Amino acid sequence: MKLASTPTSPGARILAVGEHRPTRIVTNAEICEQIDSTDEWIRERSGIITRRIAAPDESVVDMATSAASKALAASGVPATDIDLVLLATCTHPYQTPGGSSEVQDRLGAANAGAMDINAACAGFAYALSLANDAIRAGSARNVVVIGSEKMSDFIDPRDRGMAFLFGDGAGAAVVSASPTTGIGPVVWGSDGSHIMTITQEPTYTQVQHALATGESLPPVALKMAGQTVFRWAVTKMLPVARRALELAGVAPSELGAFIPHQANMRIVESLVKSLKLPDTVAIARDMETQGNTSSASIPLALSTLLARGEVESGQPALLIGFGAGLTYAAQVIEVP
Amino acid sequence: MALSQQEILAGLAEIVNEVAGIPASDVQMDKSFTDDLDVDSLSMVEVVVAAEEKFGVRIPDDDVKNLKTVGDAVTYIEKAGVTA
Repeated sequence: MKLASTPTSPGARILAVGEHRPTRIVTNAEICEQIDSTDEWIRERSGIITRRIAAPDESVVDMATSAASKALAASGVPATDIDLVLLATCTHPYQTPGGSSEVQDRLGAANAGAMDINAACAGFAYALSLANDAIRAGSARNVVVIGSEKMSDFIDPRDRGMAFLFGDGAGAAVVSASPTTGIGPVVWGSDGSHIMTITQEPTYTQVQHALATGESLPPVALKMAGQTVFRWAVTKMLPVARRALELAGVAPSELGAFIPHQANMRIVESLVKSLKLPDTVAIARDMETQGNTSSASIPLALSTLLARGEVESGQPALLIGFGAGLTYAAQVIEVP
Repeated sequence: MALSQQEILAGLAEIVNEVAGIPASDVQMDKSFTDDLDVDSLSMVEVVVAAEEKFGVRIPDDDVKNLKTVGDAVTYIEKAGVTA
């Protein structure tokens, strides 16, 4: 017998985005109360001036739901028409269940499937590509894609190299079937030989062992070999970005915006220079006031550019996410 | 043909100028990257990446931390170039 299939779609596009930025603004001076550093040093190394930190009772799921609700409202798509909720996160505090099911329930997306995706800071770009594929293949018509992170739960405030880098927040996009291509081909990859360059320690099993034996452990926190990651980002992400442009058939000069993961201003400036982007291309520099929000950084930065009118609807924008794994993913999108 | 120390120094000075905006004439063999030239750790990575490209050598992360002075880097590139 032959199995039937659902209708495919020629393309998918982002209809709308939504954001959630925690209200508390933390300055470099406040960070420096716990580390031996200065505002000037932090600005020079990272470009970060302030970051948003979530309240103790403000969770990854809360922030994801808030951002997704705003994106849904802006898109005009009823919650019950959502077929899939994809939550990119690496800071949801539960191993099981993932955060996406609770987001699905709170959104009233009664007809949607849900799953979490952990590709660290590349998570949103991965999830966006999977949403595009699900729609084109006919597995979904409308997908909510979210990046939500509470980095502050996983950062040691006394780690001089890490404490100032991160922030909390969420960004979301509603992706729907479209007669044209609004999300270009993805370029993704991984270099697992570098798993230890960004990693959380101690592990869950080490914590369990310590609880059972009374052994003392340092607090669970992210560790990063900063210079190694910086070098990887400024050298290896350049061909990835170029390839994503090539596959989408977009010249650098045709871009409306460049929205790389907001890890560090110096990485962004290096990529802008190497890609030879003209002044007409809006460059996302959201880390200045947001810090590195991992999988939330790209949708938050897109939201900022749209709110400031720095990029117009219909223009192509290059997204590139990269981070722990090491993983990366890049694609050109049509700005909603 | 292998480059002379002077040629490597001149090329390196150009890179340091490009990356960190330090006058090329300040980039001398006895100068410390961090203490004298104010090249921070991330700029140092950018200098190394550019030097790898320019001189066709490989400078692994583990070796970068040993390059304290401009002279260290010039000697490293000279030797790496010979064995490359």
